[in-house]
Amino acid sequence: MADTPIIIDSEKCRGCKKCISACPFDALYMEGKLAVLKPEECRACNACVKACPFKAISANVKEEAKKESLSDFKGIWVFAEQHHGKVQEVAYELLSTGRRLAKDRGCELAAVVLGHNVTDSAAHLIAAGADKVYVVDQPELAEYEANVYTDALNQLIAKYKPEVILAGATAVGRAFFAKVAVRARTGLTADCTALSIDKESHLLHQTRPAFGGNIMATIMTPNHRPQMATVRPKVFKMTTPDPKRKGETLMEALKLVTAGTKIVKAERNAANVNIAEAEIIVAGGRGLKKAENLEQLKKLADLLGGVVGVSRACVDAGWISASHQVGQTGKTVCPKIYLAFGISGAIQHLEGMRGSDTIIAINNDPNASIFGIADLGIIGDLFEILPMLIEAVEAKRKN
Amino acid sequence: MVDMTGGVFFCFNGDTEFGGRPARGQERGKAMHIIVCIKQVPDTTNVRINPETNTLMREGVESIMNPFDEYALEEALKLKDAHGARVTVISMGPPQAEVILREAMARGADDGVLLTDRAFAGADTLATSYAISQAIKKVNAHPDLVFFGKQAIDGDTAQVGPGVSEFLNFPLVTYVKSVKISGGTFTVETQMDEGVDVIEGNMPAVMTVVKDASTPRFASLGGWMEAKKTAIPRWGAKDVGAVPDMCGLNGSPTKVVKIFAPPTKTGGTRMDGRDEPDAAVEAILKMLQDKGVA
Repeated sequence: MADTPIIIDSEKCRGCKKCISACPFDALYMEGKLAVLKPEECRACNACVKACPFKAISANVKEEAKKESLSDFKGIWVFAEQHHGKVQEVAYELLSTGRRLAKDRGCELAAVVLGHNVTDSAAHLIAAGADKVYVVDQPELAEYEANVYTDALNQLIAKYKPEVILAGATAVGRAFFAKVAVRARTGLTADCTALSIDKESHLLHQTRPAFGGNIMATIMTPNHRPQMATVRPKVFKMTTPDPKRKGETLMEALKLVTAGTKIVKAERNAANVNIAEAEIIVAGGRGLKKAENLEQLKKLADLLGGVVGVSRACVDAGWISASHQVGQTGKTVCPKIYLAFGISGAIQHLEGMRGSDTIIAINNDPNASIFGIADLGIIGDLFEILPMLIEAVEAKRKN
Repeated sequence: MVDMTGGVFFCFNGDTEFGGRPARGQERGKAMHIIVCIKQVPDTTNVRINPETNTLMREGVESIMNPFDEYALEEALKLKDAHGARVTVISMGPPQAEVILREAMARGADDGVLLTDRAFAGADTLATSYAISQAIKKVNAHPDLVFFGKQAIDGDTAQVGPGVSEFLNFPLVTYVKSVKISGGTFTVETQMDEGVDVIEGNMPAVMTVVKDASTPRFASLGGWMEAKKTAIPRWGAKDVGAVPDMCGLNGSPTKVVKIFAPPTKTGGTRMDGRDEPDAAVEAILKMLQDKGVA
């Protein structure tokens, strides 16, 4: 038993079961009046060591000696999320930010790809700034499953010990990184809007909005590694790839756990508008008054090659599906143009679209808070202006 | 302690009680057991920062049940309606968070537990996930389903549900829109970035629920009356066998360095188009052209 992460002294154990309730992983059980370890479940968190009133449990010194000091963790990693071999744009955005962080920290930048038939993506990731690409290309990783992906990334973390890991705050990234961080017993900061390396401490400063964007907080993870953060798509800008960049691709073969769930059907296609990716958004709010008026917005959006976005009020009223919702409880968007019709600008909404390059707002209330961030604010009746605008754009198209 | 990292953010004033009578659902024997984790949050519309002191101004801010958690509760109650189940609600927070547990019980949950202890204060998502999973294990080491809202509107991290799945070692399904169960298996629809997935698995599982799920029911008067009669036990760190080093601030790897007000974007051109809509349309068109559209 010398190789187990913890050692139970059967002489000292009184069978009080405190270790059993303390163990987060059900790695201990009672055999008669003695606590016994299930080594395969134990993750060496040492919760039982601290819980035992009789000092009967100790951390295995040999294991303890192996425990890496913080300085063993080196390098910045970007999780390159891919769907069916196509790397998501947010990964490239993170690589451009990662380059800056790696320069400030004086370390390497690596990308990690998990999937099946994904090896080709390594070249793109190197061109986008990665010095190294770790690729795990196995059939079990073809579709995202939380436990399998967590297992894969945690194995790589244990092997290579990165100092920082970043991922896109996508549906996949947010959920699976939360598991990875818990398994690695480290901190994770969600939805960062700014990342930097602190000059003195060399720690990652992670800035994020909280309380619906009313407050910004800067967070760091001083004593745990890796330091982990997710970033919403479109928050950072992508840099132009350099196909001449040189980098190293490392293929990793992993023995993975079996999936807990399986996808039986996936209805994903481009027709499902992902407003987070849109360059032009024509948005409407409560001021539209009824669902039918969304048709006008749709018409303008089609003319401009954009998509329809809405404030929460429209979704709550059942006018349109929640996938169109912009804002704190919807999507964060950062299009080139954001046209807001009849949106007063609740803070939750503004938080989701304040990153837009150009904001044009039309509202009949001169005090609407959206005017505070609009590049062009028009006080006026949207039912008058919207049809005129559609007509004007149509006329332009004909010329 | 103000927590920006997404865990529990208030000060506690201790005052822990124990016990309470056995939950109603326990009498039913082998029915499915669903645990719903809910959080009391400030109505974030009204939280502001004092620009001079850089501290939160929370005076007069109303506390509500996290809106996403209402949908999680509704999914649990629908399963209860269809198949019969014991639904237990758990919340971690200050003593006054009991009110949302009562509200959940008034809507149809069978029993509730409030995790409240100074030791939990300042918990980030890791420490929060740990404390909640310890409480779940104490309520039932083998629940069938554990529901969370997609995220809480104060911290917005969406990390505690996945974190609990890790501590419980249960499969995780996120962004759930609908749940069907049959025997020991579940079929759910999940809202992913590019569309809807249908996912199957065996119970137990942890699920996080989005707002596209069914509209939450209201509490009935009878429900409120019934809910008032049921005691809600208050558990501290010791009650759930949580190790102090893994709770609250001590158990939180993330530290808040500073908080500050977001940069304000100042508005640009403003014009009154009420009398001259033509000029307004012209201005919009010009800006669109300047930016390369239209």
